Amino acid sequence: MTTAPQPQNPAVQLLTPEGELVTHESYSLDLTHAQYKSLYREMVFVRRLDQEATALQRQGELGLWASSLGQEAAQVGSAFALEKNDFAFPTYREHGVAWMRGVDPMKIMEVYRGISNGGWDPLEHRCNSYTIVIGNQVLNGVGYAMGCTLDQSEDAVITYFGDGATAQGDVNEGFVFASTFDAPVVFFCQNNQWAISQPSEKFVKTPIYKRADGFGFPGVLVDGNDILAVIAVTKAALDRARSGAGPTLIEAFTYRMGAHTTSDDPTRYRHENDLQNWKLRDPIERLKVMLARNGIADRNFFDAIDIDADAWAHTLRAAVRSMGEPAPESIFDNVYADSHEALDAQRAAFLDYHEGFADSGVQS
Amino acid sequence: MPIEIFHLPDAGEGLTEAEIVRWLVEPGDSVSVNQMVVEIETAKATVELPIPWAGVVSEIHEEIGAVVPVGARVISIETQVESQRDPVLVGYGVKEGASLTRRSRKQTPTDSPTEPTLNSNRVTAKPLVRKLAKDKGIDLSTLVGTGLNGEVTREDVQAALGGGVVPPSVSQDHAGERIPVRGVQRLMAEAMVASAFTAPHVTEWVEVDMSRTLEVVDKIKTRSNERITPFVLVSAALIRAAQKYPRINSSWIDTKEGADVLIHPNIHLGFATDTSKGLLVPVVRNANADNPIALSASITTQMNKARDGSASPSDLTGGTITVTNVGVFGVDGGTPIITPGQAAILAMGRIMHKPWVVDDSIVIRPIMQLTFSFDHRIIDGALGSRALASVASYLADPALDELLLKD
Repeated sequence: MTTAPQPQNPAVQLLTPEGELVTHESYSLDLTHAQYKSLYREMVFVRRLDQEATALQRQGELGLWASSLGQEAAQVGSAFALEKNDFAFPTYREHGVAWMRGVDPMKIMEVYRGISNGGWDPLEHRCNSYTIVIGNQVLNGVGYAMGCTLDQSEDAVITYFGDGATAQGDVNEGFVFASTFDAPVVFFCQNNQWAISQPSEKFVKTPIYKRADGFGFPGVLVDGNDILAVIAVTKAALDRARSGAGPTLIEAFTYRMGAHTTSDDPTRYRHENDLQNWKLRDPIERLKVMLARNGIADRNFFDAIDIDADAWAHTLRAAVRSMGEPAPESIFDNVYADSHEALDAQRAAFLDYHEGFADSGVQS
Repeated sequence: MPIEIFHLPDAGEGLTEAEIVRWLVEPGDSVSVNQMVVEIETAKATVELPIPWAGVVSEIHEEIGAVVPVGARVISIETQVESQRDPVLVGYGVKEGASLTRRSRKQTPTDSPTEPTLNSNRVTAKPLVRKLAKDKGIDLSTLVGTGLNGEVTREDVQAALGGGVVPPSVSQDHAGERIPVRGVQRLMAEAMVASAFTAPHVTEWVEVDMSRTLEVVDKIKTRSNERITPFVLVSAALIRAAQKYPRINSSWIDTKEGADVLIHPNIHLGFATDTSKGLLVPVVRNANADNPIALSASITTQMNKARDGSASPSDLTGGTITVTNVGVFGVDGGTPIITPGQAAILAMGRIMHKPWVVDDSIVIRPIMQLTFSFDHRIIDGALGSRALASVASYLADPALDELLLKD
């Protein structure tokens, strides 16, 4: 039988998989009971969002879905640590981050339904559009962070990527620039063990967080399924960034419990036992046990959240199913900020082509 | 009660069809929203599909094994409440009454686009078809296009070449049972076709007197109480031959410059195993490191994993050479097909008492046939023959027990 890879010591942990609070020599976190309960609620909703979106894809309502199942603590926790004006640069899987930045989940659905070019206003939510190109958002985030320094602002940046992206040039170039310019950026790598079907142990010969040494900034390994440790480690890294001391690489050791995307079938390349082992380290379950054990929340609280989440998912489903279709020419809308002669000509030709069809050119 | 029809969605990105693997519900079953109702296999993945409505299954439209185009109806649900027709994502199913074909342009007045039309000056044909016609010296404008709006198709060009495309002669007798080929069986079929049509196979065979091998099997049983079979000793003989002739334990790799032969430093022995799921080839890694008794244990472990379904992908891949025992089915030999990515495969036949000439007299001996197929790009006839002879002499070698029984 195969055993799931274990996070190497010293992975920062404040909450064990069994739901016990433990102390750490360098990191601690002081939250109110209300904050603990709120974090639990956010993670349950993010998971419910993921579950509903997966079903909607299977019903032909979404073109694709990238599941965040199992990574809720890493995403919700790191985004919780952000200040209001900090800026997040997500991949296409950071539903928990978008959620915490106040992005309307319907906007995420629009992106995956293929009816919107980006979903939301990045400036409004201080959360960039999902980036599909692997690792590209690291360069964007570093550039934004360098701009923060030039503006002499107090803002920090967090940029997300996965274990597979650490092999990309964009990510490594971002590391070099951030290090050189002491950019106020936190590199948040969710090592979910799988780069699509390639296990990270195959291409990660040195633990990811240790690569930071070579670039000249600190690297921290954190139990990515421990939301409390993730918050503590991310807060410390953001503070360091804000102080002008430069970037930090955080490796959140977690597990992609679902498929890479709905186009993928993980049973073809990984063993069921791995999944079962990681279920024992589920990020939501361990916080639930902690809340119950310490008398912070009871069954009524948990049941009520489940009922709320189900009801909310029901409205999400209905809303997605009744989404309209965009006008075909809307693909031209965001290519240039201002009108552009060549593009205007293309739009006109495109519309003329559509007009030429026997039935209405556009389904509505 | 309104009936809702669930159409096959595109479960991947840009897929056109999927195969029905398993129904999880039957007509009459109650279903809830997002309940899984059917398992499908696409070119990319095997997935379960959830139903978007609550209600009762009124009809299942496709049988197990059917290959269904995206957008086709697969299951109908009688729902409790009237739900208005929701727009479905572009490319996913069709509106009621909508034509399945692409809308036609206004300026094309014909409503019977498939009616053959003689091409005048402007010929419609896809680039590949144009190239085919040009290569064969056919003027497209002389052809009658049978495609949409008179498009000249590949079939039209082939028909003009004479003979057209003759479909393989398959009996259309519907009384026969059609068995869908799926899963492990399909993978096996694809692997065999890939191997048979890329690696030029040469097969050689030799008979060997197994008396000494059988004696060794008995000796091991009595002396050490270990169970070992002739199959294990044949495997051991193949491993020894591969150590002596490393080229039979190699892979052909096409490169930009031409090709390389990769000689594997270790021998990962695959052995064909008949399981309830079909033919599987579990692999014993670093089989060269094992003595025959340890090899026997490794083979048993891997075989059991394959049979009880606990084999992980790594237990079933990565072999560098393969052995198969067709003798258990009571036959003498065959022409085994090389596992893709390998250079050779050895088959052992049944052990039969036969007349055998020893020192000019005829005696009865247990005789077995070995059949050895190899990739002629990698292994020439001389090397293949030497390797096979080496396996045979190992099995007939009186020094065998010395090798096997030492500590």
